[in-house]
This record gives sequence, structure tokens and C-alpha cells, in this order.
Amino acid sequence: MRRLMLGHTTEFTLFAVMIVLCVALSFATDRFFTISNAFDVLNVSAVNIIFAVGLLVVLISGGIDISFAVAASVVQYVTVLALTALGGGNWAEGFIIAGAVGIGLGLINAALVYRLQIISIVATISTFNIFFGLLMFFTKGVSIYDLPDWLGTRVVFYEREMSDGSWLELTLPVVVMILCCIATWFMISRTTIGRQLYAFGDNPEGARRFGIHIGAMHYISFGWLGLMAGIGGLMQAHYAQEVVPNALYGRELDVLAATVLGGARLGGGKGSVIGCVLGVLMVSVTQNGLNLMGVSPFAFKMIVGAIILVAITLSSARIDKLLPFFAKGNVKKRGAN
Amino acid sequence: MMSAEPLLSLKNIKITFGGVRALKGVSFEVNPGEVHCLAGENGCGKSTLIKIITGVYKPEEGAEFFFDGQPITAMTPSMAQSLGIQVIWQDLALFGEMTVAENIGFQYAVSGKYGLVDKRAMVAAAEKALARLGVSLDLHMPLKELPIAQRQIVAIARALVGEARLVFMDEPTASLTQSETDYLIEIVRNLSASGVAVVFVSHRLAEVLEISDRMTVLRDGALVGLFPVEGMTQSRVTELMTGRNFDSAVIAADHDDQPVVLSVKNLSRTNEFENISFDLRRGETLGVTGLLGAGRTELALTLFGMRQPHQGQIVLDGETVHFGSNRDAIRAGVAYLSEDRLSLGLNQPQSIADNLVMASLDRILSGGLISPSKKENVVSHWISALGVKIGRPEDPIRTLSGGNQQRVAIAKWLAIGPKILILDAPTVGVDVGARAGIFEIVRKLAAEGLSIILISDEPPEVYFNADRIIHMAEGRIKATYDPRQMSLTELEGKVYA
Repeated sequence: MRRLMLGHTTEFTLFAVMIVLCVALSFATDRFFTISNAFDVLNVSAVNIIFAVGLLVVLISGGIDISFAVAASVVQYVTVLALTALGGGNWAEGFIIAGAVGIGLGLINAALVYRLQIISIVATISTFNIFFGLLMFFTKGVSIYDLPDWLGTRVVFYEREMSDGSWLELTLPVVVMILCCIATWFMISRTTIGRQLYAFGDNPEGARRFGIHIGAMHYISFGWLGLMAGIGGLMQAHYAQEVVPNALYGRELDVLAATVLGGARLGGGKGSVIGCVLGVLMVSVTQNGLNLMGVSPFAFKMIVGAIILVAITLSSARIDKLLPFFAKGNVKKRGAN
Repeated sequence: MMSAEPLLSLKNIKITFGGVRALKGVSFEVNPGEVHCLAGENGCGKSTLIKIITGVYKPEEGAEFFFDGQPITAMTPSMAQSLGIQVIWQDLALFGEMTVAENIGFQYAVSGKYGLVDKRAMVAAAEKALARLGVSLDLHMPLKELPIAQRQIVAIARALVGEARLVFMDEPTASLTQSETDYLIEIVRNLSASGVAVVFVSHRLAEVLEISDRMTVLRDGALVGLFPVEGMTQSRVTELMTGRNFDSAVIAADHDDQPVVLSVKNLSRTNEFENISFDLRRGETLGVTGLLGAGRTELALTLFGMRQPHQGQIVLDGETVHFGSNRDAIRAGVAYLSEDRLSLGLNQPQSIADNLVMASLDRILSGGLISPSKKENVVSHWISALGVKIGRPEDPIRTLSGGNQQRVAIAKWLAIGPKILILDAPTVGVDVGARAGIFEIVRKLAAEGLSIILISDEPPEVYFNADRIIHMAEGRIKATYDPRQMSLTELEGKVYA
């Protein structure tokens, strides 16, 4: 247990902070501590979690990506236009087109970083501007409200009316989000590719000496984020029932902050899916709580920023500094070797 | 141990880079299970030779290459791996965030059935490799939690997972303390006893002599020779490596007639050092030695104002001083050459000139701005005074050799006109030949009246270059020695006791 905690300090700290936050909110509002509110938070967070697990893979491999949110907007447009051209399409076609376009955009980033040796933050700030500029230029900023019927219709896997009259709903974005999390977890922690991504992010030269294909690492990580951005974009269009070109603009920084909050290290080699999920949920729970408490929406950003700062400070301080008991155990253990 | 057939045999190895002959017809051989030392100064071709053996570079026509009796026509890195030739690089190439087991068994993350990692096999392989070394480590500990010596073990264990028959270790002891080095040497002995040949690349001569059976010496890309280690002395090896003869003689002299520049009285910092008292006179060189962790650097940083003493006094030129920060210390004429030249001492991407004036910017101002002509004067004065070999002062400092970088680092401090110069491990990463040059400068500075504190964990350095030696252990002064009244062996015996 202690070993598990030492290896996942951030996740445990974040979890503890979440519990404290939830308990506080439960007392502060009467609506917070209900099952249907919990499902609300999940529904709202689903798209960001899909983005976050994609970004996690890039962060683990030592890169960063600023462009994925506007790339998701591009995916939404291209997908909806392509589906209309196909005469409506269906969910399978929607996922395939969105996923493929997303991967394509991700591979452009990978090629810039790997082939042209541009550091990833600069490369993706450039593609962020190029993607968004092209999108605004071709769409002239016009939104699409006329989605294919199947895409605009809510898909509910499970619903139940609660005794207080509110609805508990398990919707498609949440199910897709769970599948994305499982797929990402499996990829990064069970496959050889995943462990190579960690190794490459941790020590690129060491990975190179092991004969790991460096180009493959870039294409896989940015391709994976592209796939997640594509799927996330499709889910967001489905959730909002419209495609607005600048709807996701600015989302990249929220997702990046939440992912780093969840223990992913800028610089590579570290991060987990569970941390990502907790990071995004932490921000959503805060917003949800403030909403229920009737705090002005204008104050949200400020308070969320402060919460992120506090949580990051707590989780980056090592647990053995916060809890001397663990430090002692650790030293004893080392001494025994 | 010796068998008739060498495991590895190379003859007539030549290679040229950009018109420069890096290796001029070198031959090299290693017997099964032997510990072989590959010695030579930086840039003599050691690394190039290793890279040819592991297939990174191709030698020119006419080379003969045999491994295990089989002729090798075109070595590749993957072929070297499958033949069991492993290199443990100086930087270890380990993964800090991963566990010990994953680091040792990383091969299982490179190739696995259906692209999956067989964690059980990985852990079993790691356990087996550690058992073979006779070591037990917590397999699930993240690597970054381990001290450097144990990371070294992890790197060796990793080589064993690859069924190593020949292991190259590149400067394995560069960042180890004496006891850690002893531990490593024990491991290398076990390895060699189990039939694995080890080639040790090291500039620390003492341990090379202790551990190796034979040694190959290279100089300027040419083979000096293959020698049995038995009967070899350190000074003989240095001579072979550099082609020069360094006379070592004790230079200690009395300075009792000189004024006391620095007087330290009962200086203490909790958990770092305790009750440190000494006087330093004008023109005197005080050696401070002891094992890593003896509190030497902590004491130096306190004298330099970067840490504040909890008790005791620092008296400079008869006045008690309280340094709030190192800015105060620098203003008072105390200079400190950091033990970590690469990351702390010099700003590697910046130019030689910018590095040189870094500590003395206030002396080259003209109307509040940096005066290019004053800067040029300072730079050219010190470059010639210390005999730094450079191309142009605008070149990045990282293009210089370790010895020349260190000269610039010393010049940086001399430019502030210090009264006291603290040198913390000034020869780390500096070649044997260039070390002598650094110490020549130190002696010259002392002769000109500068008071010097020379910190080193290598007893010979203080023995031959200091007037007096303070021996620190566990934060206290254990004893003060006069090099004229003891032999080097006696000093080493006391320090390593």
C-alpha cells in the first residue's frame, strides 16, 4: 500500500483534495450530494476527459500540444460536411471520419516535430493558428445547426427518474469517454509501445540507445491525441447539437492544466489515466459546486485558477514531506537494502 | 581465467572524421572473463573504439575484427547486442520515473509477444540478474529514488539481462564516493568470476590498477601498448597516457610570517558541520579533504555566504563578517569555484567572453552600460594570463575541453580580484594532463599572494598542492596534517579508513 502511494503521490493527494472539496460542497449546497448531480458532472466532463487522455500520451512522450482543441473543431466541420455529402451517414461512419481526420491532423504535428525538428510547443502553436485560421476563413465563422438527425439526437444508455424528480442519465459521451480511458490505459501501461513512450519521454537518448524508433514515438503519440481529439470533437458536436467554429477555442489550456494537475509531467515520462480523470473532474466539480452555490459565473475562472494552484502545490510537494510517517518508512526500507 | 583464444580481437583499426584520423591503426583484444582497462585522455579515441566495436561506426579498409574466433565483416548495433556485447554508458541511459524492474528488464518493453509487456517475465529477469550480481534491490522502487551507486548496479544488471559476454563500462566511478566505488569493484569482480569480460574505461587511476588484469593505453588515436597491470604504478600510467612525465613533489611551505586573511572560529551548521576552526594566511593553500558527505561543500558554501552559520564566526582581515548572501561574500573578496562546472559553474551555451566576465560585470561598466572595450581587455588579459586555448572569445564555452573550461571558470573569479579563492573539486572532468596545468595556475596564484582553499576528495591532489591539509569527516575536523611530515599512503589510509 505504501509503495502504491509513493508511486502515485499526485493521484492520492488529488483524490484526498477531491474528497475534502466534495464534503465541503455537500454541506454548502443541498443539491451537490445527489447521484444525478454526479452524473451531470460526468456528462459535462466527458469531452474534456477524452481530450485529456489523448494529451496525456503526448505529455508522457515528452511533447506538448496546443492545437488539439481547434483541431477538434476542424474535425467537427469536416465530419459534418462529409456526412452530409454522404447523404447523412451513421454513427460508424461518423466515428471513422472523425477519427481519421483527427489522426491526420495529429500526424501533421508529429511530422513537424520529428522531420523538421521544431520543438513541439512552437510547432503546435503554429498549427493551432493555421488550423483555426483555415477554419474561420472557410466557414466565415458560420455555425452549422443542421446536423444529421442521428448525430443531433441524444443517446441515453440508462436513465432513471430519481425520487426528487431529477433525472439520472448515462449518455453516449460518458460511455465513449470510459472506452477512451480504458483504451489509453491499456495502450500506455500494457503494451510495449506504451512503455517505450514512457521511456522515450523520460530519457530520449537512453531510449534511442535501446533501438527504440524515435519517429514512431512521435507519430504514435500525436496520432493518438489526434484520434482522441477527433472522437472528442464528434462527442462535443453531439452534446451541443451544433457545430460552432470557436466553441472549443481556449479549451486546450483548461485540458492542459487539468492533465498536469493530474500528475502528468511537462517534460515527459510521467502521468496516468486515473490522474487525468481526477484532474478534469476536480475542475468540473469546482465549477459545478460554484454553480450550485449561486456564485457569479464571472468569478468562476478566478476561483478555478486558484484551486488548480492550490492542488498543484499540494501534489507536487512530496508526500513524505507532508506526512513524516511515510518518510520514515521509506528510509528504513532503503536502509534494509 | 586466461584462455588461449581471445574473446574479442581487433587489428589495424583506422577511422577518419572530417579529415582527422581519429584512430591510427589500433589493435585491441580482450580475453574471456578478464577485467581489462582501456585508458587514455579524453579525445584519445577510447569512445570511438567502443563505437566501432558496437557497430555504431565502421572502420576503414584493412581492419581485422574477430569475436569468439569468428571473423566479423560488418558489425551493426543489433548484431553487437545479439553477440552479447553491452555498453554501460557514463550517463547510464536509465529511466528515472520507471521502476528498478522495468529499467533492468527494459528489453521486455522493446520486444514482446503481440506487442504486450510480459511484466512477470520482466520482474523474473530482473530478479535473476540482481541475484547473479549478489545484490538485492527493491524492484518496485522508482529508479530516481535510488542513490547513484545503486543506479549503476541497475545499469549493470540490465546488461546481464541481455546475456552479456563482454561489458564496456564508460567512466563508471566518475560520480561515486570511495565506498560506493569499492562496492562497484566487488560487483565487477563477481561479474568477471562468472565468465563475463569487463572493459573498464576510467580516468581514476587508483581503481583501474586495483581491478584490472591488463590495460590497453591509447594516446592521440594511436596505440601506446598493451600492458599487464601487475607492477604498474600510477605515475607510470599517467606517463603512458600523456606522454609526459609529471614530477610530483610536496610543495608545502610555512606561511607563519604572513598575515591571517581568514579566521574561522567554531563555525557550525546543524546536521552539516560542527565546530570548524582554522586560520588561512596570505598566499597559503589550505587543502580540505574527506569522503563525500563529510561537509566540505557545505562549509565552502557557508564561507561563500550562500548558507548562514548557526554558530561561530567568520573573521576576514580582522573583521567579523556576516554574509547575508554570496553577493556580500563576493564584494568582500571571497570567490567560490563550484564543484559542478557543467551545470553551476559555467553557462554552457554562452560565449567564452560572456562567461569570463559574469562575476565582474560591475568592473567593466562605463556609464552604467557594459563597455565593449573594457570587456575585451578583461577577457584578453585573463585568457593569456591563464593560458586558455581558445578559437575566438565569441565561441560557446561548451566547445572547449574540460581543462580549458575550468581555466575560464577560474578566470571568471580572478577577474573580481579576490582575496580568497575556494576551489571545490577543480579537476572533476578534467584530463590528467590538463590537471597539472590547473594546479600550476593554483601554485602561481598562491605565490602571488592569493589565499586558497582547495577542496578535493582525491587525497593526492591536496597532498601535492596544499601547504596544510584539513581532514573532515562527518562534519568535523578530524585532524590537520602537514604533507611534509607524512607520506601520501599514510594520508590515503587516514582518509579512507
